[in-house]
Amino acid sequence: MKRVVITGAGTINALGHSVPETFEAMREGRCGIGPLEFRDVDRLAIRIGGQVRDFEAEGRFNRQQMTLYDRFTQFTLAAAQEAITQSGLEFQGDLAARSGVVLGTAGGGVSTWDDNYRAVYEEGKNRVHPFVVPKLMNNAAASHVSMEYNLKGPSFTVSTACASSNHAMAQAFAMVRSGMAPAMVTGGSESMLCFGGVKAWEGLRVMSKDACRPFSLNRNGMVQGEGAGVFVFEEYEHARARGAEILCEVIGYAMSSDAADIVMPSKQGAARAMAGALADARIDRSEVGYINAHGTGTAANDKTECAAVADVFGPQADKLMISSTKSMHGHLIGGTGAVELLACIMALRDGVIAPTIGYEEPDPECALDVVPNTAREARVEVALSNAFAFGGLNAVIALRRI
Amino acid sequence: MSIQDRVIAIIAEQAVLDPADVTLESSLDDLGITSLGLVESIFAIEEEFDISIPFNANEPTASDFDISSVAAIVKGIESLVAQKV
Repeated sequence: MKRVVITGAGTINALGHSVPETFEAMREGRCGIGPLEFRDVDRLAIRIGGQVRDFEAEGRFNRQQMTLYDRFTQFTLAAAQEAITQSGLEFQGDLAARSGVVLGTAGGGVSTWDDNYRAVYEEGKNRVHPFVVPKLMNNAAASHVSMEYNLKGPSFTVSTACASSNHAMAQAFAMVRSGMAPAMVTGGSESMLCFGGVKAWEGLRVMSKDACRPFSLNRNGMVQGEGAGVFVFEEYEHARARGAEILCEVIGYAMSSDAADIVMPSKQGAARAMAGALADARIDRSEVGYINAHGTGTAANDKTECAAVADVFGPQADKLMISSTKSMHGHLIGGTGAVELLACIMALRDGVIAPTIGYEEPDPECALDVVPNTAREARVEVALSNAFAFGGLNAVIALRRI
Repeated sequence: MSIQDRVIAIIAEQAVLDPADVTLESSLDDLGITSLGLVESIFAIEEEFDISIPFNANEPTASDFDISSVAAIVKGIESLVAQKV
């Protein structure tokens, strides 16, 4: 089995348009959640979100590209550019033939669906733009990354709701570890912050109207975000041979299915995913210093996740740090695991633990060190990133400092 | 049909029971309605009466809308319907 390292990272999200900007915001515990701005927002009961601001597609993309790129593809391409530039890789010859793109998204081109449904239903139009289908399809982002960077190996999109990115990155990791691909571009993106995208979530009655406060006793729900996180996963010797900067090592993963309920989380399913990732990475639980929590800020997730951590880690649960950065950038749904992996990289590489902001009251059912409100300096050897999706599909990734 | 009968009909449908088996004293728990079923019932009631019920599944007891029994729900709906006019 090959060792796998991360040699490039890119993002765009409510905290920043790059990895350095996002790290700075996470270190400062800044909140990227604010009033939503888009058409018909006044008809929503939920009017806050972690929206990407000042992102001008014009100028960045040409007119032909704009007709093909939904916002989730635009975010992906912006993040991919940062990640691949950082990695220094140029995909040519055998490297290009064997390297691919695996990305996560839950909704794909949601705003393209939204705009065109509005045109045909509300405005009564009988004609839509010829590229509606290639623009909205869930694999559009992965395909455009493959075209932009000449990635000709295994490429596809994973859609498992809030675990999409973690499932995608786990798959990419497995492909590099097995020797199938020398490098993979992976991560995910989401752009659901439009009228239909938020209205659908509103219906579930699990959204907060004021803030995302994971693990805090007075938490009252989740807040949506948007954006992308993209990484270059590369075989260790390949990266070393070319003197690439290594951000951290990916050492294991596990996936599990609750096989129980379509929306309620299961402690056992979450625990099996975390324990499975430790076993896959062949590490002892005592080595884990930080967990980036799924931490949605709903009543159900946070207490279930904390109970699962207590089950898996035993006495070590009280020693490790666990934080939810969703409090800052919101829940990016299918893109969330990718942006949250950045908090793990920051913990491992920079020794800075991103806080759980908005934390106001301890909850006895979430009695772990959630790094409340202020970032903390700490040396961490191993970090886990959790994602537990609707539908009971879980994926956990383990990373190590290098 | 009275508001009470209409609310009971919605709850009975959700619980897969005969409306006669849904008593005013029953709690939704007694009737086997899960949290997801509760969210669905509230949606159906809002649609039936064209009202908005302040309800967040994360803090079901935080709003003024009492869901502790069928009687409490009926009373809440009557009040919301009255406010609408």
